[in-house]
Amino acid sequence: MSRLATGGRLDRSRPTSFTFNGKHLSGFAGDTLASALLANDVRVVGTSVTQHRPRGIFSAGIEEPNALVQVGPDPMLRATQVEIIDGLDAIGLDGRSRLSAEPDTGRFDKLYAHCEVLVVGAGRAGLTAALAAAQGGDRVIVVDEQGELGGRLLSGGWDDWLKDTVGQLSAMPDVRLLTRATAFGLYDQNLVLIAERRPDGGRLHQVRARRVVLATGAHERPLIFRNNDRPGVMLAGAVRTYVNRYGVTPGRRAVIFTNNDSAQALANDLHRAAITLEATVDVRAGEAIVDTRASADGSLSGVVIAPLVGNGRAREVECDLLGVSGGFNPTVHLFSQAQGRLRYDAGLACFVPEASLPTVEVVGAASGDLSGRGQGTIMPYWLVPGEDDDWSMHFVDLERDVTVADVRRALGAGMRSVEHVKRFTTIGTGSDQGKTAGINEGAIVATQLGQPVGAVGVTTFRPPYVPVSFGLIAGRNRGDLFDPIRLTSIHPWHVAHDARFENVGQWKRPWYFPRDGEDMEAAVRRECHAVREGVGVMDVSTLGKIDIQGPDGLKFLNRLYTNAFDTLPIGMCRYGLLCKADGMVFDDGVVMHLGLDHYLATTTTGGAAAVLDWFEEWLQTEWTDLQVHCTSVTDHWAGVAVAGPNARAVVSALFPSIPLDTASFPFLAVRDAELKGFPVRLHRITFSGELAYELWTPNWYGLALWESVIEAGEPLGITPYGTEAMHVLRAEKGYIIVGQETDGTVTPQDLGMGWIVSKKKEFIGKRSFRRADTSRPDRRHLVGLFPVDGNELLPEGAQLSLESRTDPPIAMVGYVTSSYRSTTLGRTFALALVERGRERIGETVFAPMPDRLIAATVTEPIFWDKENRRRDS
Amino acid sequence: MIAEATRRSPLSDYADRFGALSEASTGTLAIREVPFLTQINFRANPSDTEVLAAVQHQLGFTPPVEPNTVATKDDRSCIWLGPDESLVVAPPDQQQLIRAALRSALGDHPGAVVDVSANRTVIEVSGSSSRELLAHGCSIDLDPRSIGPGRCAQSLLAKAQVIIQQTATTPSFLVYVRASFASYLADWLLDAAATAI
Repeated sequence: MSRLATGGRLDRSRPTSFTFNGKHLSGFAGDTLASALLANDVRVVGTSVTQHRPRGIFSAGIEEPNALVQVGPDPMLRATQVEIIDGLDAIGLDGRSRLSAEPDTGRFDKLYAHCEVLVVGAGRAGLTAALAAAQGGDRVIVVDEQGELGGRLLSGGWDDWLKDTVGQLSAMPDVRLLTRATAFGLYDQNLVLIAERRPDGGRLHQVRARRVVLATGAHERPLIFRNNDRPGVMLAGAVRTYVNRYGVTPGRRAVIFTNNDSAQALANDLHRAAITLEATVDVRAGEAIVDTRASADGSLSGVVIAPLVGNGRAREVECDLLGVSGGFNPTVHLFSQAQGRLRYDAGLACFVPEASLPTVEVVGAASGDLSGRGQGTIMPYWLVPGEDDDWSMHFVDLERDVTVADVRRALGAGMRSVEHVKRFTTIGTGSDQGKTAGINEGAIVATQLGQPVGAVGVTTFRPPYVPVSFGLIAGRNRGDLFDPIRLTSIHPWHVAHDARFENVGQWKRPWYFPRDGEDMEAAVRRECHAVREGVGVMDVSTLGKIDIQGPDGLKFLNRLYTNAFDTLPIGMCRYGLLCKADGMVFDDGVVMHLGLDHYLATTTTGGAAAVLDWFEEWLQTEWTDLQVHCTSVTDHWAGVAVAGPNARAVVSALFPSIPLDTASFPFLAVRDAELKGFPVRLHRITFSGELAYELWTPNWYGLALWESVIEAGEPLGITPYGTEAMHVLRAEKGYIIVGQETDGTVTPQDLGMGWIVSKKKEFIGKRSFRRADTSRPDRRHLVGLFPVDGNELLPEGAQLSLESRTDPPIAMVGYVTSSYRSTTLGRTFALALVERGRERIGETVFAPMPDRLIAATVTEPIFWDKENRRRDS
Repeated sequence: MIAEATRRSPLSDYADRFGALSEASTGTLAIREVPFLTQINFRANPSDTEVLAAVQHQLGFTPPVEPNTVATKDDRSCIWLGPDESLVVAPPDQQQLIRAALRSALGDHPGAVVDVSANRTVIEVSGSSSRELLAHGCSIDLDPRSIGPGRCAQSLLAKAQVIIQQTATTPSFLVYVRASFASYLADWLLDAAATAI
């Protein structure tokens, strides 16, 4: 064991047992996995990604490039950040991690927050700023990646100040202290994203802060020398942290290698911890470590020290710990994300913020004040040459296993920019994002090219600052909460009656209602038959509905729709078609004239929001003179369609006092009525071609209305039907579905709906019908298809050709838009868009399949009741 | 005549779950549906003082012109939705009365009166944890510094469009959600509450 008898911020009364690579070990509450491993003399944690070199613990924090572990479903965590708990089961990575095949059962969620001041980093500078802001009455959020507030202070010193300051902040009601939480992205208007680690998952905080104070500290960087990756080589500050904070001796015989003053404190700590300091190698004194030696397990057993200049003799010193400090890099990641500019400070040998931004302030070490880290005087120094010209063991990026040799190859290939070198070598692209490698990359490029470090610069810092899991981003948007599931008021009945559902946009719509073991095909056949021969009932609540009021309502509708509404009297409806300015079909629906200056337009289920947006866009930007108001009432109304030859009998049974004969209530009539004390609006509309009614009621009564219809229709065998039967029925009648027969490139004329395009008035899209392209004779027309074999079902989307062969290239003339088995027709049929289709009625087209050819005869696109006798009966 | 037996609100099946949650929270959170409120969408030119005065005369409040505010008179309120749009909310079964009042206030001035009572249902979220609960899915600032009784906002709660109206400092919020999204939002609230309380 390498645990000191006393000291550290551990709870020694709470021993904690865990396993590492299957071996049972123990530590104390307050340990990280890294400190506990060191306490148990585990030096080799894993192997590197490409060279498979043994690797150990290099740092004591978030910057760790080496000690990567898998813990449960988390494939790649830093041992320096994992807090040990009883039963923790960790595995050291052999460079790569493996994703678990099991779903992540962790609980992730999201929390929005607002504050006047957000302080990132709870070291001395951050806590000082937080206290000042909080005393001014601001809402303050302090976020820190460690399990405890204090930052570097946790590694020694300032105990009383820390305790007092944290005590004060904790007592303030408008101060929120977030630990184990890493601010990983800073976006426009100070939106800061924070990943909080929680015992059972994590939380994504989205904080909007008026002012951000970045007290993110600084990362110590290593010096680069041959074989600098061995377990036992550690950042000097990390050695101090293990000794002071965790009461662990990471070695027994130490060497210090530095170019600045900060290691003096380490020497004192080593002495207190009874670790022998074998040598201090200071480049300022003209010496450097030029190589290291390894013991059998690959961990450090000694160093080779040589003078920097001249041919002085190299000497070897045995040691198992090497504390390295090459200086400090202010942690400017978030500052740079906020578009803050950096400058190279030659005196400090690092990049520092040029100036704070108007609402993003940088304080403490992050601002370049490295006094707290004791850097003192520094001799800028980056790379120790080896004894020969071999650079293949000088590691720049430990996680990516990239060496100086790789950088030299990049430069040899002509790269000059650090961005190119980064991409060529992968420096800085590991999960640690090169926190200990990035600046060194630039410096090495600079030394190799003989340019100043400041001129070479650093690569762009981009979010996220730390790896963020998909689970965290998804939060609770998973399973049934992944996306809203929209339900109608009649939904409980559908569920109780075993409906199968289809997703239509966000809506769940009954697809079909199977009975006694029926498959889908049998159920749809039965449902279609009921509508054609008896009566069916369907939930049509999902249709989009827009209330339109105002004296210019008629003018408005006439400008939007391809057809005119001038002759539409109050109490009647009319089908309408909408085009965009390009003349292509956009949506369709029925417009009801409800009263003086009062209309209601229905839209397709999926198009409701887009149509309202379209209407509003014209009203608000182009036609501001029109006195019209549109209001969405989609959810206000539930709708029940009653369709079939017996529909009138059912509706009459519900409304015995209302004459429903064709003379009194003709096709496309609308009127208000009452049923059992609740309001019902009656429409005579059809989407099946049969005699049909749509009954609307405020959705509170939707279920009651539906159940009333079912009850009234029972003697007539009323049959609930779903969207699949609806699709078959409307296709038999040649009614289009926008989005199925159209795809944004189809004109009304292509669909054979020239009859609905007004010649007299102006409307959106009209001018496009004068374009050469929209009047091309070889456009694709909507036609019907009868497969020659009446049992053969054409796949929807199948391409069509005039050539009867399957070997490409084959010239295509169109494709199938809808295809069904029809019980009414006793065969399969389809709708298709076919080049010059209307001229090809009676001809044969072919759908090449991988293994065969389906032949089909082109027909008119109406298969049922062309004369509309059933509709108008 | 109101057919009470046949009327069903979008969240009537959630009463037990909301109740159990409120109980489990030991007083820090209460969620319930406030069903069947009268809700009338009102459009009028905000600079048409004649219409505004007529509404004041008819209903005792002036439709708010300041964004995100609510005018209230007794048990009726009027929620600002846009420069020329507001939502008049009243206890159940006042549709005819309110519509008539607003119609008469409009006279032949441009505007619109639309009954949208069943378009949205209302979820009341109250108690000391309610802000945190809503903060799990709503990006706007619900702190007393930004919102209080008499104020409202339109935003997303989770992925559902909502109107949020604060009614008391307790705090208590009314969340107006479209009927078809109500069960999604109720499920979301129950799930979120598991961590918020």
